[in-house]
Amino acid sequence: MREWLLVAVIVGATVVGDLLQSAEMKHVGELTEFHPTGLGRYFAALARRKYLILAVGFMAVSFFAFMKLLSFADLSFAVPATAGSLVVETILARVLLKERVDRTRWAGVALVAFGVALLAQ
Amino acid sequence: MDASSRRLLAKTRLFTIIVIVSNALGNFFLTRGMKAYAGELSLSPVGYVTAIFSPWVAAGVTLLIIWLLTRMALLGWADLSYVLPVTALGYVASALLGRYFLDERISGQRWAGTLLIAAGTAIVGRTSVRTAR
Repeated sequence: MREWLLVAVIVGATVVGDLLQSAEMKHVGELTEFHPTGLGRYFAALARRKYLILAVGFMAVSFFAFMKLLSFADLSFAVPATAGSLVVETILARVLLKERVDRTRWAGVALVAFGVALLAQ
Repeated sequence: MDASSRRLLAKTRLFTIIVIVSNALGNFFLTRGMKAYAGELSLSPVGYVTAIFSPWVAAGVTLLIIWLLTRMALLGWADLSYVLPVTALGYVASALLGRYFLDERISGQRWAGTLLIAAGTAIVGRTSVRTAR
């Protein structure tokens, strides 16, 4: 019971964090310059996106809950169980971020989801 | 395929590999380290901060920071619905590390799930990296 409560916290915080992160990173754009000045400019641009900061907050909550879970549960339970966020996220990526998810990609996601469900048993 | 899409594909593959490896090893080190804190953590952040500075957990956190940054960069040009299933390979690697290095017992059903995830991941990897919005 305690482990599933932690899984719920991890999944919820991960979904919100990832959606905010993906939406904000599309504004920052593609990383093209790999020299120190270019990287500096890139990270400065990241620090100005306020929902990206919020996303990091959600990711921190998710991470502390994950640390707690790993302190008593198996790695081979914890990791697949928290991967349940993947299916929710793909649906939300389609609905909220307007990404086009074609049939092939849906099929792949369905296989991954089914595999995750089997792993979590 | 023109030069710029080849470049995008090569860059995407490189970042995908870094994302998968850093995630799997990060989770593994984190588990090794966190087992010492079973039953000791509450809602207070103090215990977590102390744990973060122990060697195994620190190594795990460092790798997971690398994972986070490369994954964020990848999300800058690739769809979330591409990044998510592709990085699911990291989950499979974590299961393998749990079995062989942490002596966890994994049932046949769990192994079947692992293969399904690998298959689903391969299918998603064949779809286009970027879709029009």
